[in-house]
Amino acid sequence: MSELLKDPMVLRSIIMDHYEYPRNHELQDDPQYVQKHMASESCIDDIVVQAKLAEGKIDDICFDGVACTISTASTSIMSELLKGKTKEEAQQIIDQYFAMIDGREYDENVLQEAVAFHTVGKQANRIKCATIGWNAIQAILDESEE
Amino acid sequence: MIDVQRLRSDFPMLHGKKMQGCDLIYFDNAATTFKPQAVRAAVDYYYTDITCNAHRGDYDLSYTVDQAYEGTRERVARFLHAQTNEIVFTSGTSESLNLVAQGYGRKFLHEGDIVLSSESEHASCVLPWMKVCEERKAALSFIPLDPSGHIDMDSFRAQMSDRVKVIALAMITNVLGYEAPIQEICAMAHSYGAVVVVDGAQSVPHMPIDVRKLDCDFLAFSAHKMCGPTGTGVLYGKYALLDAMDPLHLGGGSNARYDMCGNIRLKNPPFKFESGTPNIEGVLGLRAAIDYLDAVGMANIHAYELELHHYIVKELLKMNHIIVYNPDAQSAIITFNVKDVFAQDAATFFNANGIAVRSGQHCAKLLIDRLNTSATIRASLYFYNTKAEADRFLAVCAQANMQSCLDVYF
Repeated sequence: MSELLKDPMVLRSIIMDHYEYPRNHELQDDPQYVQKHMASESCIDDIVVQAKLAEGKIDDICFDGVACTISTASTSIMSELLKGKTKEEAQQIIDQYFAMIDGREYDENVLQEAVAFHTVGKQANRIKCATIGWNAIQAILDESEE
Repeated sequence: MIDVQRLRSDFPMLHGKKMQGCDLIYFDNAATTFKPQAVRAAVDYYYTDITCNAHRGDYDLSYTVDQAYEGTRERVARFLHAQTNEIVFTSGTSESLNLVAQGYGRKFLHEGDIVLSSESEHASCVLPWMKVCEERKAALSFIPLDPSGHIDMDSFRAQMSDRVKVIALAMITNVLGYEAPIQEICAMAHSYGAVVVVDGAQSVPHMPIDVRKLDCDFLAFSAHKMCGPTGTGVLYGKYALLDAMDPLHLGGGSNARYDMCGNIRLKNPPFKFESGTPNIEGVLGLRAAIDYLDAVGMANIHAYELELHHYIVKELLKMNHIIVYNPDAQSAIITFNVKDVFAQDAATFFNANGIAVRSGQHCAKLLIDRLNTSATIRASLYFYNTKAEADRFLAVCAQANMQSCLDVYF
């Protein structure tokens, strides 16, 4: 992994950038998209994540809602990382992300900018913010298998 | 005035606790409060020395518990300037408010009646009425707020009519901390034959309350927001109204007689509302809490909190990056934001500095129409908070910005 991604100042600026300019931050009015509404029971975050799945691939991901810096930035980064991936590739990235959040070993190269959240557990009550969008896409993938 | 340092020594939670490596500053007293040693001792005493059921036995121990339990009812009555038989013990404000909605509203509301609340109420004050109004085909209307967030009394007067049967309002709202003119509202309501249900969760712990003077019909509050145990609360109701309404639950302790033909004769208030074994430890703890607060003096508590509140607000108003939404509140609640920082992110920054404050989103209408934000931070004080804590809080406010709020993760 690039040394840059070990510098807290760089990681902080990644989070700020994705919060101020969130990617894929517009919901689609298109029946080809499936969506998941995530309203945290314990905090303010309330977001909708949409994904367009076709032939085992995630063609598009987008999201919107009322959310804090951590949930907005983590969902924005997730949408960039998983867009265009096959479901299997996406699942591997998601698994690595949750491994990182849980403090287990993980592959930094797979997670790229998402490593900005590797120390989010220092503020334990915000782990749910760093995972809300990731849980949404996991639920969408799970439901697509049913 | 009150000797804060001496009072702080009574609270184990104020003896050098740390959060994120910093001295804990607890500014979330509107959510719950710390307990003085005397409250813990009262709960301990019940379990160590006088454990047995209330209202049940023919033996000395039971008599002792009964005296303590019913003695608390007298104590609460004296605290509120009510009669003893007007005090119902509940699990807290929410249950008290639900009891009025279900026990009174459901029985006496009819199609076309109106229940009035305001745009700034806590869910516990409004949702029970939403449900009952739907069932009874009554209408739930809201008194609008003026631009500053206070109840608009002109609109209230214009909304009053013979169709309004119930007015449900917080005496001090939990978001903006403004005090509603309850006495004036009660007088107006009574002239139309309506009853007034007061949510006292944020007022009873902080100021002297005289239900006779207010002339409110019901008043609900929780023990845990006034130094007492969780899971205990009170509903005050005028006796004639309590007598007319139904209980939420039926069971042992609330009935005087029943037979197998389905005839039930309930006890008189307040006992008809208290079926099952009550929260005895909680009630005895509440008594200790009231004794403690009265010894400090409710008027002293109110005055001290206002002094601390006004000092903090005065300093916050000097900071260009802080938005205060309720600068003129005459209560212990300060509602604010750090400019360009989402409330929850700022609350985490306070956490990282050992300061407990609450971020929250509120009724969309209230906040979006009146405050132009989807979420705010609330700092809420109690008499054991100090000026030194206020200064530390202000220093952290001064440092709060997007960068510092994110640095706490690294």
